[in-house]
Amino acid sequence: MELAVWTYEGPPHVGAMRIATAMEGVHYVLHAPQGDTYADLLFTMIERRAKRPPVTYTSFQARDLGGDTAELFMEAARDAYARFKPQAMLVGASCTAELIQDDPGGLAKTLGLPVPVVALELPSYQKKENWGAAETFYRLVRACAGPRVARAEGARPRANILGPTALGFRHRDDVVEVTRLLARLGVDVNVVAPMGATPADLARLGEADVNVVLYPETAGVAAAFLQRQHGIPATKTVPIGVGATRDFIAEVAALVGVDAGAVLAEQASRLPWYSRSVDSTYLTGKRVFIFGDATHAIAAARMAAEELGFVVVGLGTYTREYARDVREAAKAHGIEALITDDYLKVEEAIAALRPELVLGTQMERHIAKRLGVPCAVISAPVHVQDFPARYSPQMGFEGANVIFDTWVHPLMMGLEEHLLGMFREDFEFADGAAPSHLGHAPAREAPPEPVAAGPATWAAEAESELRKIPFFVRGKARRNTESFARERGLTTITIETLYDAKAHFSR
Amino acid sequence: MDGLAAGPGCGEAPVLRERGQREVFCGLTGIIWLHRKIQDAFFLVVGSRTCAHLLQSAAGVMIFAEPRFATAIIDERDLAGMSDANDELDRVVTRLIERRPDIRMLFLVGSCPSEVIKLDLSRAAQRLSKRFSPAVRVLNYSGSGIETTFTQGEDACLAALVPEMPAEPGSARSLLVVGALAEVVEDQFLRLFAALGVGPVRFLPSRRAAELPAVGPGTRFLLAQPFLAETARLLEGRGAQRLAAPFPLGAEGTTAWLRAAAREWGVDGAKFDAVVAPGQARARAALAQRAELLAGKSIFFFPDSQLEIPLARFLSRECGMVLTEVGTPYLHRQHLAEELAMLPAGITLSEGQHVDRQLDRCRAARPDITVCGLGLANPLEAEGLTTKWAIELVFTPIQGFEQAGDLAELFARPLVRRARLMV
Ligand code: SF4
Repeated sequence: MELAVWTYEGPPHVGAMRIATAMEGVHYVLHAPQGDTYADLLFTMIERRAKRPPVTYTSFQARDLGGDTAELFMEAARDAYARFKPQAMLVGASCTAELIQDDPGGLAKTLGLPVPVVALELPSYQKKENWGAAETFYRLVRACAGPRVARAEGARPRANILGPTALGFRHRDDVVEVTRLLARLGVDVNVVAPMGATPADLARLGEADVNVVLYPETAGVAAAFLQRQHGIPATKTVPIGVGATRDFIAEVAALVGVDAGAVLAEQASRLPWYSRSVDSTYLTGKRVFIFGDATHAIAAARMAAEELGFVVVGLGTYTREYARDVREAAKAHGIEALITDDYLKVEEAIAALRPELVLGTQMERHIAKRLGVPCAVISAPVHVQDFPARYSPQMGFEGANVIFDTWVHPLMMGLEEHLLGMFREDFEFADGAAPSHLGHAPAREAPPEPVAAGPATWAAEAESELRKIPFFVRGKARRNTESFARERGLTTITIETLYDAKAHFSR
Repeated sequence: MDGLAAGPGCGEAPVLRERGQREVFCGLTGIIWLHRKIQDAFFLVVGSRTCAHLLQSAAGVMIFAEPRFATAIIDERDLAGMSDANDELDRVVTRLIERRPDIRMLFLVGSCPSEVIKLDLSRAAQRLSKRFSPAVRVLNYSGSGIETTFTQGEDACLAALVPEMPAEPGSARSLLVVGALAEVVEDQFLRLFAALGVGPVRFLPSRRAAELPAVGPGTRFLLAQPFLAETARLLEGRGAQRLAAPFPLGAEGTTAWLRAAAREWGVDGAKFDAVVAPGQARARAALAQRAELLAGKSIFFFPDSQLEIPLARFLSRECGMVLTEVGTPYLHRQHLAEELAMLPAGITLSEGQHVDRQLDRCRAARPDITVCGLGLANPLEAEGLTTKWAIELVFTPIQGFEQAGDLAELFARPLVRRARLMV
């Protein structure tokens, strides 16, 4: 048993819903109690989808248990087919139905429906949402994909784009951006899946030369299957950031045998110049903490270090399936990866590392807000704010532009506000007022560092000297001085101590 | 839990009973408002990742202070052997109580998985209560989707509190208002009861679990919410008497609800009228404006909170709306007798749900406004129907004279929006 307050991922059947809802012509019959229908609102309210997810819940009740829950499932499946006429059906159990062991797959088979019925085994007590999405997509691909079709000599190369789902972090716009990128390389898109694909489209997956894997979390398993079974190679690079996008272009070009020279020669993103522009000097060396799904966390770490000149002080993920990759990436930054799905542990890590910027999920946004640290969101779990009306991909060169703005904005807001804070002696400015971009609540002080001995007290003149230090570094100066005093067993902090500490820490 | 068990009452309107996919939350959802109401209680769901995800999704904009609810997520190892699951639960609870010394009452909330594996939470609650007493009392109830629908979670929670209420010594008369209300609404009612000379007045749930109201044969109770069948039954079991009344929605409902108590306390008619007159007048004035917009408009209710029938009564009688189908998850004929008697003839009442068939009926009826859950609202808007999210009716203060206008506004706003938008 594990105590959870907030979770990064839902149960695996929600992952299956993300596949079914992304596609057309698929219907999912889920053996589940009524309350599990809450999952519909994720799609209709967070993503603002105009259609109900294509899911029928059997809604069994306590009085059905031990009696006719199996019959209830059959009836629901029969009705769902008759009403929605899907090209393929998914059947499966939610956590409760898994316990009553009705075997939806076996039951559905007895109905003899005239379409492929894919039985999903998603162990709810072991696995989570992303795993469920990957497994569902793989099962569908396995059931529907036709054999590889030999391409005509000299035909334009074709790619499948795999991985975008419903409720994905900027998937909608990433697909557009990557499609444009492939077009510049002279590569046509064969099928995009699961987003917008029908089972009939999945049957055509074999008509491509390469599979572009946008999100390994959801498409990794299916792509590996297509590579193994049908010999279609898959990309390994996720094009988030200027460097990764260039690597991606080179990788695709090599896989399909086109020349990437012209595309690589274009300076297609503003990021490199913006990062070099002198006003970005204040970004240099900023300490960032990164947490998210594996794909976005790894990409963010590379961008942060190589494209904005930050220092990555923390890197972690809740995606256990890709923990190894995140550990490797962390090692490259000389740090230990944080692999957890307990947001309290993430909060502890952020509080201990005291970063100047947090790049995380909505959870970290809340944590950062409470600690008074600027934050930008880089990954699911999604929130209604992660579906902006405007075009805002994360991938490709435009994605890099979007990310530059997204990350720099909270820092710039912070800087502006803090400069205002320097004029605190002016009557308009109340000292201690929190920067307005962090909300109107006063910024909570970060929890104090572990105190070895009793804290030293500030002499009055040292305290007033401290107040002359600009607001945005004052907290740090206070902490450093106190820990300096503590280490030396000083009980009173004088002006001398303050400047000794400054000298000590600026070495 | 089954409202149909209640004997025949008045208002014997034909009811369409449906069975099929239900698009309604389970009783766990009640935790979202109950944990804010009972300020020293913690709600620990013993369930699955789905239950944790439901709570998180229903809480919507995450209430990100460390909330007073959490889920003990059952995993594979717990499923292997029962003794193991009990030990695990004890471990989780111990850790929780260490972390949160402010907690005075802990609810172990059962879910579908805990019920299917027959994890005995009442035994667990007794065991843990013994261990942590007197600092923390541990109770249990079921919020599972196989036993409870949405607001029935509150019923189950309050029912768990009834045996804990101290006995009222003697037969002194007191009024108990049953059902979670916003504090502002409680305070308004307290002022009205004081002016009427009705008292002492107590509330269930109380703001602090450690200060539960006393109950006994002198207790008269008014239901503030229509979904409290089991709580009412247990209160009656402790000698309390229910004062039959419509629910305090709108000027008319609020007046009748207050009158039920005033009668019991022998308040004379002139005094009653004088006390309620200012509130009534304000409510009517606030309603007049919105009623103009709502009058003649048709409305369709998908089942959600069991508030549908009182809402339909209010909207038809005080706002002039035309009722098409009024769906409710359960129909408690006895508690709703006064409400049913006030409904106009010729409407369709439906109980239970087959969501696809109901959607067909809704599309055919093309109501001016449809009251439905969050899973259906945007899809129906996209089809050109105007909707009102039902859940807001549970989270917003809507009871009493001063909220009558706000209640009508909740229905007027979607119509105004549709009228204004030109793109
Ligand atoms: S319906 Fe059952 S399994 Fe689903 S969230 Fe509610 S209690 Fe948990």
